Amino acid sequence: MLAEFGYGVLVLSFIVTIYSGVAAVFGVRKKSASLIESARRAQLLSFPLISISSLALIYLLVNNHFEVTFVYEVTSLSMPTYLKITAWWGGQAGSMLFWSWLLAAFTSLVTLRKWDRDIEFLPWVIVVSAITLAFFLFMIVFYENPFSRYWLVAGNVVESMFKPTIEAIIFTPENGRGLNPLLRHPGMIIHPPMLYLGFVAYVIPFAFAIAALITGRTDDRWTRITRRWSLWAWLFLSFGLVLGGRWAYDVLGWGGYWGWDPVEIAAFMPWLTGTAFLHSVMIQEKRGMLKQWNMVLIILTYALVIFGTFLTRSGVLSSVHSFANSPIGPYFMGFVSFTLIASVYLLIRRWNDLRSETEMKSALSREALFLLNNLLFISILVVCFWGVIYPLISELVTGFKVTVGPPYYERAAGPLFAGLLFLMAVAPFSAWGHSTLQTLGKAIWKSTLASFILTVILFFTYTQNLYAIIGFFLVALAIFATLHEFWRGTIARQKTQNENFFTALSKLMMRNRRRYGGYIIHISMALMAIGILGIELFQKETQGTVAAGESLNVGDYTVEYRELASWDVPSDDVNYTRAVVDIYENGIYLGQLYPRIDYFYDAEQTMTIPGQRSTFRDDLYILLVDWQPVSNAGATFKIYVNPLVNWLWIGSLLFLFGIIFAAWPEKETEKEKVRVAKSVTQTSAAD
Amino acid sequence: MKHKKLKFIFILAFLLTIISTQFAYAQDDVPTDDEVNEVAKGLYCPVCENTPLDVCPTEACKQWRDVIRTQLAEGKTKEEIEQYFVDYYGDRVLAEPPRTGLNWLVYILPPAVILLGAVLLFKNFQAWTKPKVAESVSNQERSDVLSSSKGDSSSANKYISQLEEELKKRN
Repeated sequence: MLAEFGYGVLVLSFIVTIYSGVAAVFGVRKKSASLIESARRAQLLSFPLISISSLALIYLLVNNHFEVTFVYEVTSLSMPTYLKITAWWGGQAGSMLFWSWLLAAFTSLVTLRKWDRDIEFLPWVIVVSAITLAFFLFMIVFYENPFSRYWLVAGNVVESMFKPTIEAIIFTPENGRGLNPLLRHPGMIIHPPMLYLGFVAYVIPFAFAIAALITGRTDDRWTRITRRWSLWAWLFLSFGLVLGGRWAYDVLGWGGYWGWDPVEIAAFMPWLTGTAFLHSVMIQEKRGMLKQWNMVLIILTYALVIFGTFLTRSGVLSSVHSFANSPIGPYFMGFVSFTLIASVYLLIRRWNDLRSETEMKSALSREALFLLNNLLFISILVVCFWGVIYPLISELVTGFKVTVGPPYYERAAGPLFAGLLFLMAVAPFSAWGHSTLQTLGKAIWKSTLASFILTVILFFTYTQNLYAIIGFFLVALAIFATLHEFWRGTIARQKTQNENFFTALSKLMMRNRRRYGGYIIHISMALMAIGILGIELFQKETQGTVAAGESLNVGDYTVEYRELASWDVPSDDVNYTRAVVDIYENGIYLGQLYPRIDYFYDAEQTMTIPGQRSTFRDDLYILLVDWQPVSNAGATFKIYVNPLVNWLWIGSLLFLFGIIFAAWPEKETEKEKVRVAKSVTQTSAAD
Repeated sequence: MKHKKLKFIFILAFLLTIISTQFAYAQDDVPTDDEVNEVAKGLYCPVCENTPLDVCPTEACKQWRDVIRTQLAEGKTKEEIEQYFVDYYGDRVLAEPPRTGLNWLVYILPPAVILLGAVLLFKNFQAWTKPKVAESVSNQERSDVLSSSKGDSSSANKYISQLEEELKKRN
């Protein structure tokens, strides 16, 4: 009964969403404010409707309604309630409902804003989000229905939403298959919603961009309205990516955080264009340039968001043929093409209105360096996109699949990331409008000298690896230069305002959240680069089978196998096998670690949980690979030493702080403007 | 799909029988796990998507690693073992497509596109940094008109240049 109700409400929300889009278009055509208002209200209605439908699904999940296919696939009796709730986004149909729910929520938030002088954007923002939402709801209603159930028809179990024949009765399996155990990790519970939040939030800036193209209001109003949206979208997407990396490190058991897997890259690509957009949109605001380019970037970001969802949802990655057979694949492809062609058409129509208002004066000005930054981000995108797409092309053309794996990406992306680090160091010192080599050099020589000295020290004490030396130099340069930028801003303010150092620093930062939040993010990126350099260049590993009392050596570490125990926990439906190992560093006892293998009976799947010891210098990461079940005589361990990898996580935390700092709502903008205007006469700092 | 799996199991079983008959000769010099992993690292199993063989936890991959071990014991080199897997399962077992035929696209296209982007950007830089006189006048007019309609942003601009000036002086 509840399944029918949930489905019914979902269908209703689909109809309402279509109505809101159509009404908005006709409202503009007929110049009817009441029709637009009706569209707005219909849009606002979609959110509660999808919420009710989602609640119905959650009720079914929590209460073990295994007659519902989706519930059967993602939950089981032994799962705790919170996992049953999060199973909402643990499977295909549910995650698409979740996507739609978020989109409806975000669109409603936007619709409720005070429109005043931007009222001409409203109907088109509604249209764009309604088209996107309607597409997803269409897929759910017709192809990926989370409410569809099992029926017993003449002894066979069939899947259907409604009673397939008159005699059919509902079939309820005794237990569900349970959520994939890999997804039962806390990181994995938050990771998908974060990615989705990021994905969906990018629909809003895109909707405004399209509204600007259609209405011809091509000044920077649309970027100003959506500035905070794109920052929050970026926050969620970044957070999602970082969480995914941490999850892989903790759960997947290959000693790494990022494997250049197409699914990872699918989420990484919109991040690349989103990051390029965050930078280049500043040039538009400050200098009135690059309007066309910003449109291109936001259109690309939106297309990549849909494309990423398509890649991960359609099965196209495992094979082109499974894509063709999947019910949703071709629709997704069609939708991506449609939105891309329509957006590009609109962009070309307005191309001339989007010309720059000012000229680029110097190849070393900040806007020029920002453009270089954009070139690098787009280059990484090209590498990623081609790496993901090529195996599909190969399969289509030759009939054979190929793998495009980490060596390809690392070779290409390494130098590009190095270039970004360098720009990170230099760009803050270049001025808007005009810079020369002389002014730049004068500003940056101190940081360069400090980095050089540090690198020389590292050369004699830590590593002679050329790549590492270049990498560490660039990291040091980016960090020193950014800190120097904080320093000179603070000192300047201290002198003019007569404040003490810390007051000056905090006021400087608080008044220029975006700028200094950005710098914090730069520093955090450099810290993350330390972790990446460490694990990529210096990772050591060994594997071996040892009997109790025997040990394995890797680097300075000795790992001695003590004992192993295996037991069932019936309430969780899991078998745990846990080894105990003593660890020593250069002969000094450090403690014990407990690498584990969990076997989930319901899902018939194992999960390898490493024993980890983490320090700023390195991580000791021990995996239990295999063991002799009967005699307890021996066990196989794989041991990694991952130097500096902790800096990746430290950097990630600082990164989050930086974005939140930058995205935090400032006081009333109008007041702010008055204040800014006033304070021009004083000298503090600017955004 | 099922068909493929069956085929795969057949081939594996076949391989294993060959291995077990040959194993007796090779036993005295058993390669270590690390030596096996060194080869396995560069190989991708066709069953599990995008997981290198050295870390793949499935039973099938375990057997593959045993194949590598046996071949190492027979004295085969890394390249020979890779070739062996390519012959049986196709190019997809390699971490990167071999540099032949259509596959060259993998290696040529991204640098070509990036280079094109760089050239375009560079051309634009030149055009921007040396504006024609007539054009710059009309652009001046344009920006005047525009700046009058955006009071706050132009005042912010002034503000920025003032800060930059200020900072430069203090340096």
